[in-house]
Amino acid sequence: MELSVRGFEAQAYAYTGGKPLDPTLPCVVFVHGALHDHSVWTLLARWYAHHGHGVLAVDLPGHGRSGGAPLASVEALADWLLALLDAAGVKKASLVGHSMGSLIALEAAARAPLKIDALVMVGTAYPMKVSEALLETARTAPLKAIDMVNVFSHSTIAAKPSHPGPGTWLHGANRALMRRVQAGQTAVNLFHHDFGVCDRYAGGLEAAAKVQCPVAMILGERDQMTAPKQSREIAQALKARVHMVAAGHALMTEAPDAVLAALREALPRPR
Amino acid sequence: MPGHSDPGFDTLALHAGAAPDPSTGARAVPIHLTTSFVFENSEHAASLFNMERSGHVYSRISNPTNAVFEERVAALEGGTGAIATASGQAALHLAISTLAGAGSHIVASSALYGGSHNLLHYTLSRFGISTSFVKPGDIDGWRAAIRPETRLLFGETLGNPGLDVLDIPTVSALAHEHGLPLLVDSTFTTPWLMKPFDHGADLIFHSATKFLSGHGTVIGGVLVDSGQFDWDRSGRFPELTQAYEGFHGMVFSEESSVGAFLLRARREGLRDFGACMSPHTAWLILQGIETLPLRMARHIENTRKLVGFLAAHAMVESVGYPELESHPSHALAKRLLPRGCGSVFSFNLRGSRKQGVAFIEALKIFSHLANVGDCRSLVIHPASTTHFRMDDAALVQAGITAGTIRLSIGLEDADDLIDDLKRALKVAEKVGA
Repeated sequence: MELSVRGFEAQAYAYTGGKPLDPTLPCVVFVHGALHDHSVWTLLARWYAHHGHGVLAVDLPGHGRSGGAPLASVEALADWLLALLDAAGVKKASLVGHSMGSLIALEAAARAPLKIDALVMVGTAYPMKVSEALLETARTAPLKAIDMVNVFSHSTIAAKPSHPGPGTWLHGANRALMRRVQAGQTAVNLFHHDFGVCDRYAGGLEAAAKVQCPVAMILGERDQMTAPKQSREIAQALKARVHMVAAGHALMTEAPDAVLAALREALPRPR
Repeated sequence: MPGHSDPGFDTLALHAGAAPDPSTGARAVPIHLTTSFVFENSEHAASLFNMERSGHVYSRISNPTNAVFEERVAALEGGTGAIATASGQAALHLAISTLAGAGSHIVASSALYGGSHNLLHYTLSRFGISTSFVKPGDIDGWRAAIRPETRLLFGETLGNPGLDVLDIPTVSALAHEHGLPLLVDSTFTTPWLMKPFDHGADLIFHSATKFLSGHGTVIGGVLVDSGQFDWDRSGRFPELTQAYEGFHGMVFSEESSVGAFLLRARREGLRDFGACMSPHTAWLILQGIETLPLRMARHIENTRKLVGFLAAHAMVESVGYPELESHPSHALAKRLLPRGCGSVFSFNLRGSRKQGVAFIEALKIFSHLANVGDCRSLVIHPASTTHFRMDDAALVQAGITAGTIRLSIGLEDADDLIDDLKRALKVAEKVGA
């Protein structure tokens, strides 16, 4: 669905899981990571939409189907996300974010603690520092950086049963998606921009102190992008329940069933 | 997989899509000869049917053995995924039927495998899909043939029968200017010789019967998507960008930003037309793919030796192989096919149709049959077999002469193949004397 978010000229897009959004149902909001879009959440979003929830799997500004310029910071993206909930008529929601999206979800949960029922950070780390070498490659040779990140994001060349369905070659699908999202934004080098957003975010512990809802983390045992040990401090600060999944950084596509099982434990069930 | 780059081609050919079986430890890919898969409970069943979970329901739609084959070919081609089909013809039909309907139009190379030409020219026109054929090298011809109702451009990486090399970078750029995808038949080249997606193609299909299988044992096909074509931006493909009543109002391009084509092809094309692959066939083709790099290297090595031998033989009028400077696609071949131009080629015998027949019948190692891409060397004389109803004038129109012989070079010792050809050429010479 398309949404007009107050304060933003460009239309925003959110995938609703194959059913129209009913804002009166408990809402689950999925927030993608760097150079991704809503489609990394397709299976999970469909499951929640067909199991008693409203679903908004957003495309962040300047990504995928959402127009406008990409926003410069995690804080600005959190404000946009909360404004999007208002635009959709959603009063309370659970936030599920992956990688960069997990930082946005954390910051949003801190900024509007009474509005958020639960926070789930998938494939996360704090601080989410990006190496100088990778930042520089993203700046000067983004396609090469995409290939590097694509390899680091996957822990296997035989993930089963694949996402969104059998016969999908996850390395190729992720590379094509990142290239598509990068090509869709002509004003800036989106990959370098997104990595910069992750790298600069310094408000994680401050935000954690403000979060009031239950928090869970779903981490990939073989994650090379955001290694599980890099999330220990923020997990303690958030008193987060940690779920380990046999996957790399691309948890939702490598292990969609395991991530669903963890989400079902982490998110409140509809009454 | 740690490291800075994807695994190499040879590693992917052996491992992509497959890991030791978690329930048995089987190292080789198991053959899942089962029609159906048990649901954990009713909720699990419903979620599989509604694409809330990934998994297998019924082997016409997907199967674990087929999925390994599909993922492996997609990995080798650099695509997002693939669909295994009953034959190469079924793969071509699946591609077209996913994108085109009555009133649609296709622009295709005129240098096509006869079966593809039959489908496009005779059969699909009966269902309201028309095709304009253009010479593969005639870029102005491709441009002029595009109409508002065109939905697809289509050619072969190496055209039939003359091995015209398709200028994929130029034809794909032209297609994209018009918001259209380029589909290529990559059967003769395989991803070992060329990766058409790297040159701009959007969709690839193979007759996996040929080099991918490599052993002349099974019929199969596979259709691969690059994920690079933006169906929404094109605006010409409501099948992928608007709600499909046949699957819960699904908008495929919303479900998967880069996998919309394969979703529709599987959820509609495989479901409704049903031209799926047997898991046993998928397994046999996987055995072939595991040695594809080794076989292709040997195919090319042998072919170069035989091309050299034939080009220098007095009984041979001409050899049509793009690595030869005399071939019209030589420059393009050097650019797009530096590893080789396949192992199927034709040559023209000096002499009559009778001498052509004599040549074929004198061969002992080459098998006289209608196939290519086998590990064994094959031969056919088009004028007396596939094109036997044509008179000499019609043969010339098709690029075939009474003396045209098509060879598919296998993996035998090159010296033995040369001896076989040498002896048969002598027999042909005597018949004409």
